[in-house]
Amino acid sequence: MLTISPAIRDAIVAHAKRDHPDEACGIVAGPEGSDRAERVVEMVNAAGSPTFYEFDSGELLALYKQMWADDEEPVVIYHSHTATQAYPSRTDIGLAGEPGAHYVLVSTRAHGNSEGPVEFRSYRIIDGAVTEEEVQVTDTVTDEPAHQMNEQTSESE
Amino acid sequence: MAIEVRIPTILRTYTNGEKSVEASGSTLIELIDDLEAKHPGIKDRLIEAKDGQSDLRRFVNLYVNDEDVRFTGGLGTELSDGDQVVVLPAVAGG
Repeated sequence: MLTISPAIRDAIVAHAKRDHPDEACGIVAGPEGSDRAERVVEMVNAAGSPTFYEFDSGELLALYKQMWADDEEPVVIYHSHTATQAYPSRTDIGLAGEPGAHYVLVSTRAHGNSEGPVEFRSYRIIDGAVTEEEVQVTDTVTDEPAHQMNEQTSESE
Repeated sequence: MAIEVRIPTILRTYTNGEKSVEASGSTLIELIDDLEAKHPGIKDRLIEAKDGQSDLRRFVNLYVNDEDVRFTGGLGTELSDGDQVVVLPAVAGG
């Protein structure tokens, strides 16, 4: 499951709408091992295309060096489809290079640059296998109070 | 000659999970051959045959001291002791 705040979800959607009809792309970084999507980094689509996206190689290195310096990793890698559904294409599957990331796809085909709902879906892509996962949009932090109460109960017993 | 090579997550299956490894070579292709000797299988993930010649895979980026090797001589890029090599898969799709 991908847990994401409304603000970050909205930032990704706004980026996708702004760049329509070209594909928009970027990442959401978070602390290594935390699975918390915290810092949106919009990237330039070096391909500048409605059917392809690619991070510029120099910007890719700069992005990763910044994350390494801050003990971050790409928690989410997102891009938009501008004429098709929000489902990974064969190219997306073949080129997916971050087995630990949530691959978010946004489709702007219904409303383009205008207001209106978009498809916003998330997947794991590992060794060519695609698994869709639930997207939970919430500001709540991941630790569940019920779980903590259970732990305290068992300690007191 | 020791050169540090930063390994991306997706290739750490070849390096026992190590984020960076050491290898040696006076050119990039020699370095990759040394990596292959220590971590069998990794070379094929970096290089492909193109028109009968070895070339870097289209969607793999290699950097020597922050320079993309596509602009510094490709697999023939010369290396010196203490250089830093980074491997990153392209972030791309359709």
